Amino acid sequence: MKFETPATSNPIDQLKVIGKPADRVDGPLKTTGRAPYAYERHDVVSNPAYGYIVGSAIAKGRIGGIDSAAAKAAPGVRAIVTADNAGKLGKGERNAAKLLGGPEIEHYHQAIALVVADTFEQARAAAELLRVDYVKADGAAFDLAAVKDTGQPKPLFGGPADTARGDFSGAFAAAPVRFDATYTTPDQAHAMMEPHASIAVWNGDKLTLWTSNQMIDWGVGDVAKTLGIPKENVRLVSSFIGGGFGGKLFLRSDALLAALGARAVGRPVKVALQRPLMFNNTTHRPATIQRIRIGADRDGRITAIGHEEWCGNLPGGRPEGAVSQTRLLYAGANRMTATRLAALDLAEGNAMRAPGEASGMMALEIAIDEMAEKLGIDPIEFRIRNDTQIDPERPDRPFSQRQLTECFRTGAERFGWSKRDPQPGRARDGRWKIGIGTAAAFRNNLLVKSAARVRLDGNGMVTVETDMTDIGTGSYTIIAQTAAEMMGVPLEKVVVRLGDSSFPVSSGSGGQFGGNNSTAGVYAACVKLREAIAQKVGFNSAEAEFADGEVRAGNRRVPLAQAAADGALTAEDGIEYGDLDKKYQQSTFGAHFVEVGVDVATAEIRVRRMLAVCAAGRILNPKTARSQIIGAMTMGVGAALMEEMVVDKRAGFFVNHDLAGYEVPVHADIPHQDMIFLDETDPISSPMKAKGVAELGICGVAAAVANAVYNATGVRVRDYPITLDKLLEQMPDVG
Amino acid sequence: MKSFTYERANSPADAAAAAARHADAKFIAGGTNLLDLMKLEIETPAHLIDVNGLALDKIESMPDGGLKIGALVRNTDLAADKRVRRDYGVLSRALLAGASGQLRNMATTAGNLLQRTRCPYFYDTNQPCNKRRPGSGCAAIGGFNRQHAVVGASEACIATHPSDMAVAMRTLDAVVETVRPDGATRTIPIAEFHHLPGNTPHVETALSQGELITAVTLPKPIGGTHIYRKVRDRASYAFALVSVAAIVQRDGTGRVALGGVAHKPWRIESADAQLPRGAKAVAAQLFAGAKPTRQNAFKLSLAERTLGAVLTEAKG
Ligand SMILES: Cc1cc2nc3c(=O)[nH]c(=O)nc-3n(C[C@H](O)[C@H](O)[C@H](O)COP(=O)(O)OP(=O)(O)OC[C@H]3O[C@@H](n4cnc5c(N)ncnc54)[C@H](O)[C@@H]3O)c2cc1C
Ligand code: SF4
Repeated sequence: MKFETPATSNPIDQLKVIGKPADRVDGPLKTTGRAPYAYERHDVVSNPAYGYIVGSAIAKGRIGGIDSAAAKAAPGVRAIVTADNAGKLGKGERNAAKLLGGPEIEHYHQAIALVVADTFEQARAAAELLRVDYVKADGAAFDLAAVKDTGQPKPLFGGPADTARGDFSGAFAAAPVRFDATYTTPDQAHAMMEPHASIAVWNGDKLTLWTSNQMIDWGVGDVAKTLGIPKENVRLVSSFIGGGFGGKLFLRSDALLAALGARAVGRPVKVALQRPLMFNNTTHRPATIQRIRIGADRDGRITAIGHEEWCGNLPGGRPEGAVSQTRLLYAGANRMTATRLAALDLAEGNAMRAPGEASGMMALEIAIDEMAEKLGIDPIEFRIRNDTQIDPERPDRPFSQRQLTECFRTGAERFGWSKRDPQPGRARDGRWKIGIGTAAAFRNNLLVKSAARVRLDGNGMVTVETDMTDIGTGSYTIIAQTAAEMMGVPLEKVVVRLGDSSFPVSSGSGGQFGGNNSTAGVYAACVKLREAIAQKVGFNSAEAEFADGEVRAGNRRVPLAQAAADGALTAEDGIEYGDLDKKYQQSTFGAHFVEVGVDVATAEIRVRRMLAVCAAGRILNPKTARSQIIGAMTMGVGAALMEEMVVDKRAGFFVNHDLAGYEVPVHADIPHQDMIFLDETDPISSPMKAKGVAELGICGVAAAVANAVYNATGVRVRDYPITLDKLLEQMPDVG
Repeated sequence: MKSFTYERANSPADAAAAAARHADAKFIAGGTNLLDLMKLEIETPAHLIDVNGLALDKIESMPDGGLKIGALVRNTDLAADKRVRRDYGVLSRALLAGASGQLRNMATTAGNLLQRTRCPYFYDTNQPCNKRRPGSGCAAIGGFNRQHAVVGASEACIATHPSDMAVAMRTLDAVVETVRPDGATRTIPIAEFHHLPGNTPHVETALSQGELITAVTLPKPIGGTHIYRKVRDRASYAFALVSVAAIVQRDGTGRVALGGVAHKPWRIESADAQLPRGAKAVAAQLFAGAKPTRQNAFKLSLAERTLGAVLTEAKG
């Protein structure tokens, strides 16, 4: 189905199932420990051998030699896979560095060997016996600040590296009120619960991988490309995924090495990437340095806005994209953005929840707060004054829907914004200095084609198959709701099967595009199935109605089960998009509100309450969508207050590479969260009239926290994370 | 993890004797620290002696009014004991500020005293670390050392001791009771139990090879207001940047020990004497020889400010 003109009314609008807070259909499986995650597919693979990954001990250089005699002779060892004996390997289209390094080493903890043994313990013990001779390379770059000026323009997600409109320099120089500051965001880790994990089985020259991957079709392609085998010979299955956040968008070393290990030993091999390797072996959100300049007239109308980003990556890597939102969020006739990427020899920087906007909003939304203060205007008022209904870089493109102002007004009312003391450092509650902060939320809505297969059987059951993944988001549930709505059956009559490359190719999960696009694909397949059913029972398909497990036309009605009595009816289709996203700018919006307390003596920062108001198209399931938003808000608090992979600039690696050293929020850090979805349907996004929500929720949170900390203390921190040592010097004396 | 042999001991004498038979043996109690370190081959004992069956899991009131805490009393049980909560509140609070509920259920009194540093370079076997591999150097010096010691450190090692419990015990003048492989017993005052790193950061305590902790005794209660204040980046489940254990009497005298600043719980008796004069005076004594790094210099002012807050709280 081609979606080329805005949606008119369709069966989804009935909202009998869609839009209801249905419980997760996979909830009972998960809460009883029966959801089969990749590493635990005991049902399909018995007697696997175990692989243990060895990571490089240096960041850049080469391997002089590996002495594996002792490891080979260790109990239970079946094989030791290295670049030397793995055969010719290509590199995935979506990998910057090789997944199996050697002799050249490109980053710390790059995999250099897989030890395969009968048990996990044997593999681990033998791995410690490998003696690797390294030759370090000179001239490696590990310090972004030191190399930033060597950065080159690099396109962002297909768009240009630099954009400009009007005369930024002239307008900025002439602006009566000017603001210019530089912000930094650190390297961050996805730190999801389930590590990258895979089981590989070869059947002749055909490979099956049970793995944990967000994007099945990308994975199949890169497995084939790396191993040099046809795509048809690769099957990937990811039925359940214990979190991804972008860390599992791509083929990673666990899957490749499981495949190589299984080939070497002629037996299934399972590999889970060890937690201490996850930080330097895989991808992460890369650090940025961002300069923001804003010029405005005294009424608070922005006349010039400029945002520059410096970032680093391995050769072939991409920039973070922190300027993306500044191209769209606020009005202003004169504007510029620029992106510079320098070469760095740290592990690959890549997508993490809301790549681009999450980092960009961390800086931009502090800058807006600072500018509002400089202008003496309430920060919400300042944002509203510069709201726009058209793409400010390309004014011929309106936004499909944009309720930024409504988000702020609703949130201000609900959160009690009027009680905030605009003068920082005054509000107190016992030992706590209290502050309130706000920030906009903004994330684009992306359109990606997505297909599905739907089958009606003789029991009246509807089965949906698509290679879409559920990374904890609720895909199973909203897809079931979509099929139930379309086919006029209750949720219990729908079975959803996901994450298998033998199913039609979907959008996959990433970039907050999974929810809208994958359900739109299921919608398309259901439209086709409805036609097949109508035809089968001899109804005019334009008149046929599907409700209560029946298909009806005029006063005739036929139970669905009967339509499929002499054989299941199957339909396959997908959604493909025309140019509506060129004519319109499709984005999602929100407003974050945060109250923090800062201990007057220790400067410990604790969030006291949070609110997000979001406008993101039709909400398919308010319960799972709410989970996405509050989870993202939690991650935003992590980004604001604690998350940082610290670079050892001598040896070139992230030092705090485990969950004791890399802190993410725990329950005690997140006392009260509230969230509201504004009523919205967006007929320009898809037949579902929905948009993404999962990444919107993180964008702006960290800045709202930062602004609240400023409001509490009067101390402006522009380098994340905002830890107590950055406040302490400027806190008032205590007796 | 290296393969190892394993046995269960049934009495302290048994355990001590087993230790005498194996040069490369270690005791295992809750295992919450030792097993993690063994998986990474930071600890590589050839033989494990499981001491969980030693019946050292009682808390007994002593005739002198003190308390004898068996080496295997779990952190959860110790924190919840009525006598501890009533008479040694600083200890109960310190325990509850540590780790998580699940870990405290496993963690033992002896194991907690003997837990090893959380220096990230100690945990990465690719990196030089004098504590892990004597003579290899210290990667933390000149590296990431925001968490590290500001006082009492050496050129060889700037790690901190991560225990909360031990800091409280230091203010309580606890005494560690042990039995050696030859059956001889002795007592070690907590002040002498943990060592400063000096040139031998791998030698962390006064224990000799195979020496088993049987109990920790607390002298009779000294009253006062008991406070344990742990400062950290996140609200729970994190090691202290700085912690303050304090027992303050009505007249403003008292005792104070700090965690997160040194290779051992940091208490200097002459600093205690400054308590009536306030936090600044106490901190001046405690940190007289401090040598912070650029990244952790904030701990000096943090410690002083936290101390100030604790003293204010003690005044009620
Ligand atoms: C994630 C995490 C977070 C934590 N957070 C904190 C925290 O915030 N604050 C804090 O204080 N601690 C914290 N801890 C540490 C925890 O308190 C210790 O791991 C625990 O106390 C160790 O006790 P155990 O009985 O498990 O010791 P084990 O791991 O069994 O043993 C530790 C050491 O003690 C030796 N040993 C054990 N018993 C005896 C004995 N009777 N005689 C002689 N030697 C003995 C062992 O040989 C070993 O060397 C944390 C630990 C983890 C894993
Ligand atoms: S501080 Fe101590 S534990 Fe850390 S690297 Fe240096 S020697 Fe090792």
